[in-house]
Amino acid sequence: MGLITLKNVSKSFDDVEVIPPLDLEIRDGEFVVFVGPSGCGKSTLLRLIAGLEDITSGRVEIDGVDVTEVPPARRRLAMVFQSYALYPHMSVRKNIAFPLRMAKLDKAEQSRRVESAAHVLNLTEYLDRRPGQLSGGQRQRVAIGRAIVREPEAFLFDEPLSNLDAALRVNMRLEISELHQSLKTTMIYVTHDQVEAMTMADKIVVLQAGVIEQVGSPLELYHNPRNLFVASFIGSPKMNFLRGDEADRHGAHTIGIRPEHIRISANEGEWKGTVGVSEHLGADTFFHVRCEELGATLTVRADGDNPLQYGDSVLLAPELAKLQRFDADGLRIT
Amino acid sequence: MARAVPARRKMLTTILGWGVGLTIFFPILWTFLTGFKTEAEAIASPPSFLLFDWTLSAYDAVNQRTDYLKHFWNSVVISFGSTGLGLLIAVPAAWAMAFVPAKRTKDILMWMLSTKMLPPVGVLIPIYLIFRDAGLLDTRLGLVIVLTLINLPIIVWMLFTYFREIPVDILEAARMDGAELRSEILFVLVPMAVPGIASTLLLNVILAWNEAFWTLNLTAAKAAPLTAFIASFSSPEGLFYAKLSAASTMAIAPILIVGWFSQKQLVRGLTFGAVK
Ligand SMILES: Nc1ncnc2c1ncn2[C@@H]1O[C@H](COP(=O)(O)OP(=O)(O)OP(=O)(O)O)[C@@H](O)[C@H]1O
Ligand SMILES: [Mg+2]
Repeated sequence: MGLITLKNVSKSFDDVEVIPPLDLEIRDGEFVVFVGPSGCGKSTLLRLIAGLEDITSGRVEIDGVDVTEVPPARRRLAMVFQSYALYPHMSVRKNIAFPLRMAKLDKAEQSRRVESAAHVLNLTEYLDRRPGQLSGGQRQRVAIGRAIVREPEAFLFDEPLSNLDAALRVNMRLEISELHQSLKTTMIYVTHDQVEAMTMADKIVVLQAGVIEQVGSPLELYHNPRNLFVASFIGSPKMNFLRGDEADRHGAHTIGIRPEHIRISANEGEWKGTVGVSEHLGADTFFHVRCEELGATLTVRADGDNPLQYGDSVLLAPELAKLQRFDADGLRIT
Repeated sequence: MARAVPARRKMLTTILGWGVGLTIFFPILWTFLTGFKTEAEAIASPPSFLLFDWTLSAYDAVNQRTDYLKHFWNSVVISFGSTGLGLLIAVPAAWAMAFVPAKRTKDILMWMLSTKMLPPVGVLIPIYLIFRDAGLLDTRLGLVIVLTLINLPIIVWMLFTYFREIPVDILEAARMDGAELRSEILFVLVPMAVPGIASTLLLNVILAWNEAFWTLNLTAAKAAPLTAFIASFSSPEGLFYAKLSAASTMAIAPILIVGWFSQKQLVRGLTFGAVK
């Protein structure tokens, strides 16, 4: 079981309150992603759950048991660090076996589990190397291997992929998702990359300045963001926002429309604009369109083979049904 | 031509280096040579450098009068004992200071070091009395305790500077992997800090081996280490230079040999982790 509950948990460093009191429930088997801008307290929140930081107030429960005073070694959680944090003086085999050695499992069982983890993670031929002799991706796999052998209640990941190159990151992302499907163990994953959040999560927790802005499934957040912050944070490229007359016309302080919900053409639409820079990704092209009347530059998604050029005059047609409206406090009007 | 300057500079620094080295080494060489002279020759004026009658008479005299091995063994027990005990106390202390620093940790470290600035004579009487009442005078245990305390600030400082270089992530990983404090220190921290711990151990063995104030003042015969053995050959009258030199040579030879074979570690230790 891996049911984790935070009740009224807060954290201050000296006098600075980094996380104001918050409540959060993570259900057994869920893949939860903490996402938010740098410095918003994602790592701190994860470390509070791990027990690596003391909680200033409130309590943490695992499977209904209060673990607030329980040291990290006894919380039966496993963690994968951004820096991998492998033991440099031990071979890969010993690194992976370390949690088992601490749990005093017998030698035969230890090596059985290490072998099987190494097999799953394609590490078998590297078992006798030192971490220093491995590539970044291999080190990350060792760190994951060290986490899975112990069969913990939950896995905690703190930006585990941010030191890897883009291609490897996509690979490892899939491997971790795969792992979650096969283990069905609770996973809490910290990232500031909203693509990682969207692609991996069952549930996303959006944080800003230590405050939970919204909790929900990726599509819930995408379709029904609670406020401007979540709307702008989720989705890539970012949602377009308009204020002033155009927003007033829709009875809102700010309106938002995603790039994929605007059609761009030479002759059809209500907003006039001029094509600026375009980004060709192959399947899609993103146009940055300057609209003088709206006083804004909008990002618009179009097909990959759309022939529009820099400086062309175009018309934009927003799908009004997908338009999102926000009040003066930034909350979405439903 | 562009190369001429560095080459000349290299020669100059080489000469300077040898000059300084020989100047420092000269007294040791002189002591070594004097040990092989007769007492009369040892005070001859002008002194002879290498061209004298080499004799072992001073060594004979020293060995007849005292039991070198007893003092040697006392020195070994006292220097390794105090360093070992010191490490046992300092490893957890340095762990706490490096990985769970509090607001005043830096101040505590400075304060610990500042105790080394107190002249030892200042506390000789109280310590002497405490030792007398506790029955620790002229015991190896007593010297182990006092030398541990004397060198503890240096041991803690050295370990602290080494530990600080170790990423705390790795210790946190150990905690997450189920390691209690003892396992974290024994299986993760200490193995990673082996080079630093080895330098600390060496340097402190040497410091303790050479320590002469407390070892002379708190021992009489039983527990007297080699420092006392040397001192016993200096006397207010009569000729004693050759015997004193022979005794000194015998006392410093073991530590000189140890030092020679561990130069690399020692340099690292003395530069307090600055060289990696
Ligand atoms: N040990 C500490 N002492 C004081 N302040 C800290 C400490 N650790 C973190 N903070 C502060 O707490 C806030 C949250 O930090 P945290 O590391 O949780 O951010 P994060 O969301 O993980 O950011 P990033 O994406 O950059 O990793 C930051 O403002 C940081 O300065
Ligand atoms: Mg972080």
